[in-house]
Amino acid sequence: MRLSPDQLIFWQHGFFKLNGTIVFTWGLMIVLAAGSKLITRRLSTDLNRSRWQNLLEIVVTGIEKQIEDVGLKHPEKYIGFLGTLFLFVALAALCTIIPGYEPPTGSLSTTAALALCVFVAVPLFGIEEQGLGGYLASYTKPTFIMLPFNIISELSRTLALAVRLFGNMMSGAMIIAILLTITPFLFPIVMTALGLLTGMVQAYIFSILAAVYIAAATHTRKPKPALAPKT
Amino acid sequence: MDSMTIIAVASIATAGLTTGIGCMCPALGEGRSVATALTALAQQPDASATITRTLFVGLAMIESTAIYCFVVSMILIFANPFWNHVIAGAATVAGK
Repeated sequence: MRLSPDQLIFWQHGFFKLNGTIVFTWGLMIVLAAGSKLITRRLSTDLNRSRWQNLLEIVVTGIEKQIEDVGLKHPEKYIGFLGTLFLFVALAALCTIIPGYEPPTGSLSTTAALALCVFVAVPLFGIEEQGLGGYLASYTKPTFIMLPFNIISELSRTLALAVRLFGNMMSGAMIIAILLTITPFLFPIVMTALGLLTGMVQAYIFSILAAVYIAAATHTRKPKPALAPKT
Repeated sequence: MDSMTIIAVASIATAGLTTGIGCMCPALGEGRSVATALTALAQQPDASATITRTLFVGLAMIESTAIYCFVVSMILIFANPFWNHVIAGAATVAGK
């Protein structure tokens, strides 16, 4: 019973292993990068455009609107990072339709790497917005006693991001594998459909949570305006 | 009972108990949150986008505790270090 694509070894030479996680991640990267490059080769701004360009525009404007709804005022600064997170996790979940494919997010290493990216990106965006002193001061809000708790919450929500995505993807694959040994014909198909749904929801949740954390870090506190004297 | 039996029984019983309790309590929490979200939607249909998004984020947070319990159960059944240690010890004893 294979817990994750880590144990599916394609090629091994001494210490270096090409396991399923790496190969499927490379496949997803090639599909995303080459697909986007091909579609955006000839962009048109008039009403006569290819349907692939329409699809990409729907996706990009949808993500932009969601980022703005969360509270980030200039979504173009963050859409590179957040959009890539969403597209990678969503495509990793969608491709389970292809037989022989296992989602690389079903391995704790991939989800830990994505969560570490968020963990590093949040202070970077916060410092870019508020300056180093302002960002570090935000750890001592609302009182100085909250400093250890804020630090612990940073670490624990990163861990929660990784384990949440890993657990959802791994459980989907494992339920399908178990059902294949029990009732091979109808239920695995139903569970694959459910796995698609949870995969898309988890992709959305991952990117929205990353956006919320970035919004919390870049929320500049405006100084209180001086009260105008009553005339 | 020797230690191998104790470890096996404890792992299996705990895995079942963890999954059982870990599925019940988050389900109760999610049910209550969806009920409250439906009430809010009925009172303010204009805010449906915000309410739906907040509902999904909240459901994902509640779901993660269920996922933690599932991961612990899976570890107990499939990647149990105590069981592996005991099995390795029994294999070396049988090999002698």
